[in-house]
Amino acid sequence: MNGLLTQSFLTALIAGSIVAAVPLMFTALGESVSERAGVLNIGLEGMMLLGAFLGFLGAYELHSMWLGFLAGIAGGLIGAVVMAVLSVGMGLDQIVVGIAITLAGEGITSVLLQAKFKGTSPGLGNPATVAIPGLSRIPVLGHSVFDQPLLVYLGVGLIGLMAWVFRSTTWGLNLRAAGEKPEALDAAGVSVLAVRTYAVLTTGALAGLGGAYLAIVGAGTFTPFMTQGQGFIAIVIAMLARGKPLWVGVSSFVFGICLSIATALQLTNINISTDVINLLPFVAIMVALVLFARGNYLPPALCQPYVRGGK
Amino acid sequence: MALETETTADAALAAGAPTAEPSRLVRWWRTAMRSLAPVILALIAGGLLMLALGRNPVSFYVNVWQYGVASGGWQNSAVLMAPLLLIALGLIIVFRAGIWNLGYDGQYLMGAALVAGLGPSILPSWPAPLAYVVLFLVAGGTGALWTLLPAVLKAWYDINEIITTLMMSFIGIGVANILVKGPFQDPTVNIPQTRTIPFDKMLPDLGSTRVHIGVIIALGAVIVVHYALTRTSFGLRLQVLGANPRTARHVGINLRRVIVTSFLWSGFLVGIAAAVDILGLWAYVRANWNPAYGDAVIPFVFLARLNALVVVPFIAFYAVLSTGGDLAAQQVNLPTDFLLVLVALILLFMTVIEYLGRRRDMGQSYLSPGLKEALRHPLVRRRSAQ
Repeated sequence: MNGLLTQSFLTALIAGSIVAAVPLMFTALGESVSERAGVLNIGLEGMMLLGAFLGFLGAYELHSMWLGFLAGIAGGLIGAVVMAVLSVGMGLDQIVVGIAITLAGEGITSVLLQAKFKGTSPGLGNPATVAIPGLSRIPVLGHSVFDQPLLVYLGVGLIGLMAWVFRSTTWGLNLRAAGEKPEALDAAGVSVLAVRTYAVLTTGALAGLGGAYLAIVGAGTFTPFMTQGQGFIAIVIAMLARGKPLWVGVSSFVFGICLSIATALQLTNINISTDVINLLPFVAIMVALVLFARGNYLPPALCQPYVRGGK
Repeated sequence: MALETETTADAALAAGAPTAEPSRLVRWWRTAMRSLAPVILALIAGGLLMLALGRNPVSFYVNVWQYGVASGGWQNSAVLMAPLLLIALGLIIVFRAGIWNLGYDGQYLMGAALVAGLGPSILPSWPAPLAYVVLFLVAGGTGALWTLLPAVLKAWYDINEIITTLMMSFIGIGVANILVKGPFQDPTVNIPQTRTIPFDKMLPDLGSTRVHIGVIIALGAVIVVHYALTRTSFGLRLQVLGANPRTARHVGINLRRVIVTSFLWSGFLVGIAAAVDILGLWAYVRANWNPAYGDAVIPFVFLARLNALVVVPFIAFYAVLSTGGDLAAQQVNLPTDFLLVLVALILLFMTVIEYLGRRRDMGQSYLSPGLKEALRHPLVRRRSAQ
């Protein structure tokens, strides 16, 4: 077992976990916004894929990682607009619309990739990283944790920002009211549909950003179906974290370890089939659900369309 | 949705207005339109998308007909119907009970891997009928087993089955892969895949066609399931649970038993779908293979309003679209994932038309209230419901 504790293994594992965790974190943070507001977003997978494809396309065509991220946000927003119009505006079934968005995202990105690149997508270069002076020289941890693309630091900042918004702003209160008791929010003179629409759009933007990060930084290219169920994992993370941003960050990192351990293990002499390791995140989720399900909480108005004056 | 309709009807009654009940024919026509319009609109929108990509949609759809129906293509479509129908039945059972089983891919692949793994050893040495029965039961049993954990978690702890079935699905896909690359791998072939079932041991064909007997099995299952859902107490219990879990508890239905039973039957039928498909068509399973039938089946199950007989023509339509579309898409140099876009468009148009229909108060809705009830408190233990 001493192969496990070598420096190269730990460095690779931590670095890989962060790369894998960041898309999950953005997407799950987004999902916790819309879940708070009472919209369950099964279409997250599709929004991530749209973000990944447009993000990749943007970064490739415009030669800029940042424009790529912006394009990814736009991609996620496209899916979110559909969701907002159909599920929030018209009050249509959130699950059916979500499934449709996921299928459409999977199909359309694959079709567009074929149409644009004849099936083989070119690779992007390595993303620029920002090393934090001093900290990045710590052995083992330093280089893998404190030498990241700027977006990762911004993501960590986003956790704090969202915790603050949820706890201490009118915005956060409105969000929670829209999920807990939309009638009360409506009676207080705030439009439930507007709050939920903004929430869904925020979710789409963050899922798109997560997808773009996955394509631009994680893989360096786009392949069809590249999210491989990460949108669904993000939904579970948001549920398990009970919508608390800090816990979203922590559990994203845990699942990031599950997702990246296969790559890191290749540096050691331990020989476990990648197929077995790829099962880890899903098994981990089942175990977590079995163990912690009772402690979880979701807003009572989740999945219920709000109709003013309706039952 | 249903409530809304009722209140308007009540209001009309209270106001003393004559309730103009439309004639049977008119209602039938409206329901048919509501079911067909999404499909037609999706095909049109898909055509527009193809135009945008610089492809000719007319020749695409003509090719779909050419490859999917004309010149023997109907035989391939009919063969494809067998697994699709069985999966549709499995979905109808749980959806009627207001439960989402979205783990069909894992259930299907687990069944498929076991049939393709065991078939080549069992079929040549055992008497054919016994071998078929054993393989069908193994596949069906595995499919059912794969729903057991979500079913128990749902029935006892009220944990959202959407999440658990999806997670079990990913696990099933992975385990099937491990089986195919591990114990079941054919050592004589470089590509990781199972051994091939001998040609003469496959399910027999009907007459001189390429349509195997599995299609008849699937159609027989349609009749059995339709009977069970509409004429037995089991079907009634599912319906009551789907309509309103609270009512179901009040009339003394054992919720846990109904939830677990419907889940097990659903998984069983999905497993049978895999057995029919492998024994009738594929004869082996390759690693990382996943036909993802279930995703495509979902919209048609809803369009058929969870009716096992009505779903048959819808599935026939999709079988043609899929068989023809696979080849037609390749001809215009589009990936076959284009069909996913069409399916998604059908779903989206379905919900929109449902919305318009609800506004015009036409007929019943496609979603039972229970399906949404299941989502109200997904991960929370709901004492009142037990």
